[in-house]
Amino acid sequence: ALLKDGLRSQVSAALKEGQATPTELCQRCLALIKSTKFLNAYITVAEETALKQAEESEERYKRGQPLGILDGIPIAVKDNFNTAGIETTCASKMLKGYISPYNATVVQKLLDQGAVLLGKTNLDEFAMGSGSTDGVFGPVRNPWSYSKQYKEKSVPKSHFEDEESNWVITGGSSGGSAAAVSSFTCFAALGSDTGGSTRNPAAHCGVVGLKPTYGLISRHGLIPLVNSMDVPGILTRCVDDAAILLGSLAGHDPKDSTTIQDDFKPFELPNLTDVSKLSIGIPKEYHAPGLSSEILALWSKAADLFKNAGAKVVEVSLPHTRYSIVCYHVLCTAEVASNMARFDGLEYGHRSDKKDSTESMYAATRREGFNDVVRGRILSGNYFLLKQNYEKYFVKAQKVRRLIANDFVKVFRSGVDILLTPTTLSDAAPYTEFIQEDNRTRSAQDDILTQAANMAGLPAVNVPTALSERGLPVGLQFIGRSFQEKQLLTVAKWFEKQVQFPVIQLEEVKRHDNGVFQHQKSASFS
Amino acid sequence: LAPWIPVVGLEIHAQISSNSKLFSGSQVQFAAPPNSLVSFFDASLPGTLPVLNRRCVEAAVMTGLALNCSINKKSLFDRKHYFYADLPAGYQITQQRVPIAVNGSLSYSFCIDNKMSQMVTKTVRIKQIQLEQDSGKSLHDGTRSQTLVDLNRAGVGLMEVVMEPDMCCGEEAAAAVRELQLILQTLGSSQAVMAEGQLRVDANVSVHHPGEPYGVRTEVKNINSIRFLAKAVDYEIQRQIEELENGGTILNETRAFDSKLGCTVPMRDKEGKQDYRFMPEPNLPPLILYDAKSLPANMNHQQVINIDWIHERLPDLPSVKREKLVEQYGILPEHSFTLLNEDGLAEFFESVAKQTQMKPKKVIGWILNDLLSYLKQHSLTVKESPVSSFLLADLLNLLEKKEISSTAAKQVLAELWKGEGKTPLEIVKEQKLELLQDQKELEQICQAVIDEQENQ
Repeated sequence: ALLKDGLRSQVSAALKEGQATPTELCQRCLALIKSTKFLNAYITVAEETALKQAEESEERYKRGQPLGILDGIPIAVKDNFNTAGIETTCASKMLKGYISPYNATVVQKLLDQGAVLLGKTNLDEFAMGSGSTDGVFGPVRNPWSYSKQYKEKSVPKSHFEDEESNWVITGGSSGGSAAAVSSFTCFAALGSDTGGSTRNPAAHCGVVGLKPTYGLISRHGLIPLVNSMDVPGILTRCVDDAAILLGSLAGHDPKDSTTIQDDFKPFELPNLTDVSKLSIGIPKEYHAPGLSSEILALWSKAADLFKNAGAKVVEVSLPHTRYSIVCYHVLCTAEVASNMARFDGLEYGHRSDKKDSTESMYAATRREGFNDVVRGRILSGNYFLLKQNYEKYFVKAQKVRRLIANDFVKVFRSGVDILLTPTTLSDAAPYTEFIQEDNRTRSAQDDILTQAANMAGLPAVNVPTALSERGLPVGLQFIGRSFQEKQLLTVAKWFEKQVQFPVIQLEEVKRHDNGVFQHQKSASFS
Repeated sequence: LAPWIPVVGLEIHAQISSNSKLFSGSQVQFAAPPNSLVSFFDASLPGTLPVLNRRCVEAAVMTGLALNCSINKKSLFDRKHYFYADLPAGYQITQQRVPIAVNGSLSYSFCIDNKMSQMVTKTVRIKQIQLEQDSGKSLHDGTRSQTLVDLNRAGVGLMEVVMEPDMCCGEEAAAAVRELQLILQTLGSSQAVMAEGQLRVDANVSVHHPGEPYGVRTEVKNINSIRFLAKAVDYEIQRQIEELENGGTILNETRAFDSKLGCTVPMRDKEGKQDYRFMPEPNLPPLILYDAKSLPANMNHQQVINIDWIHERLPDLPSVKREKLVEQYGILPEHSFTLLNEDGLAEFFESVAKQTQMKPKKVIGWILNDLLSYLKQHSLTVKESPVSSFLLADLLNLLEKKEISSTAAKQVLAELWKGEGKTPLEIVKEQKLELLQDQKELEQICQAVIDEQENQ
């Protein structure tokens, strides 16, 4: 029961009162990680250091001096964040075996508050992808593939088909983190979000995925994909927990010149009861081609929910939405080409044996170290950055980006507080189906609903809403004004309470969570 | 044959004098053990980010103001991409679109035909000053077929000063660079010692006939001193003229100056023209500078740079110092030029002038002719002079009081160079160099000489 509880109300209280100990918690999570190994959610499990951190936390609790609400709480971190002494691979051959000498700022903050770092989670190589299928350690499996809810609904197509071939993807690129949170192996996980990489897997795995405003949380130590769009993402099982994590991570970092200078004050989310003053915008362009009728219906139902509760629900327009994929493609590949230039095998990471010349060593190293997806983006990006192409592509894309961002500004200025949209086009696809199309095609399809928020730097959150006909999670997305996370999450929390998303019924979890505590029958977490 | 007009422009990289690097906190120091001054950012470890060093910005603003530039209140940073072993990130952070300072000018002087009597003053336009990172150093070990990379210098702050092609020969280029060097040293924004790589000069050279468009230019690199700069430029001008007069063409190439042979040679072909794929640096917001008018009221003082504040605190530039010396001491402009051209010489002169009754106009002769030539002969700096300003002043006082003759004074000076610790007076007494002033004594000596003559 403890594993399924929210941080604020249950777990932290339990730790404080000694009803549970950090070491117990840590051991249970580690055991669960082992028994859910088939999910392939973790690249590295830092068992020794985690237990040590748990012990230290326990000492503090015994002395009555916990560092805060996160003290002793097991956390997982996406493997594109630097963790000192623990391998950081980005799921790439280029960084296999790379042990960073420093902690990313967000990692350091978590450790400083006593969090227990269980391990590094799996992802698409260098965070490029929307399935968490293209990393060098193999694909991540969506825990819901093994849920009672999914199994009940899935009809085996043939006599020979079994679980093995039927499993569904997590979405990406922070699939490992989403799966880890979804399968209860940790209480919260860090992801990253450049075009939807936290919200997309959150939707497919039935967890809360928060993309904060660009500049709110430090990127120092996050291995960059697109510096002007990347943010650290937060994955939790309930909105309240996301707010707690946000509070512990946000704020100016002198090591990251793109973080805001203003003071950030952590907040507690109020329990909103009256939504009559709220104005919810429904952007019509998010009725995108390929949007499943199921999700369309859910979206509509959600809008009605707000309307019936007294909120003002209006249709709005973000007219440049349809250009965002192409715009994103240009800007993303350009920055990727630039950011990946440092991987030459000279100072760290994989180095080829080819030694004829520096150039040949560089070329071989990069060919050997990067997968096709990464290399494809580098080539595209370099093409767009060529002198003769720069104006036509890069500068043009920057201008279009400005238009996309302005769309949001206009809408928010017109009185709308929050936008409500789908997060994904459909529920999670089976792996065998997903890999029929290449990474670029998939990314282009799947990012359509999420990446405009990255273009505009706005905060957005996926809230698990309901199960699809196949028994898989579907989430809806809320997009808020810059730096208005409190308002965004307050509304998200209200919505969460309304929909009462079901708890995943996983065999493995049942075994490890053997009812020491009273199990809350209701599905709500807070 | 139609006359040729040589055209010379310069790109000068001056290492900023600061404690730490442009975008990271590692130390700036010359000749430290290899790879001992390298931060995570300098080594391009993934996930590290640049943080702008305030002191480097101040140095660039000071330099821009001293060179009469407009300081851009908003300037931008860009990435310039190329692959090389001494460039860990695969790109250099520079200012390509909007640099920190533009449209300045530099006045410089030099003597025609090496005569100290004819000084010419010229001006060269400063196109821009930009902040950028220095690269590391790579040493090619041919015997072991390997390249050794030292990243100590990687990320050190540079000011690139671009001088428009307003110069016409090696002498002008050398004089312009010398003046820039003095300015930088006066400001303290760069120590500008060429031998330590703190000042690097690349020359762009072309020739054309009057009335015709500029010719194809070559870039000359690997120039390690101001003297070699003049040689390299003059050689290249000659080479191009000869080439063209023989019906050849000039390639738009990069050439290296070979100081041993005194000529320029083509450098390794860099696979045709490089496309640096410039891109804005996304991790650094635009650099905003303020002046007294635009400074917001509640800004944190630590976070802003006020151009006017810096302007008010600029020290006297060399040109101003020279004028002051001429005005104060009545010396010639050529004199003050030479005084400032030698490190410490102006201070030495002023010190002597203060301690002696001899007129500065006369003192200057002793400084420039006697002291300076002695120092040059023995390759000493002013600081290393065995004769202190006190001693020289002492000697000049003896001369001024007519206790010794001018010839005797030179003899005493020669003795003083030995640095044996004797005072001028002691030497005069030792060598019996006193001027006889007594009328009666003089008459007696003369009479004695006449008597001797008569006796023979």
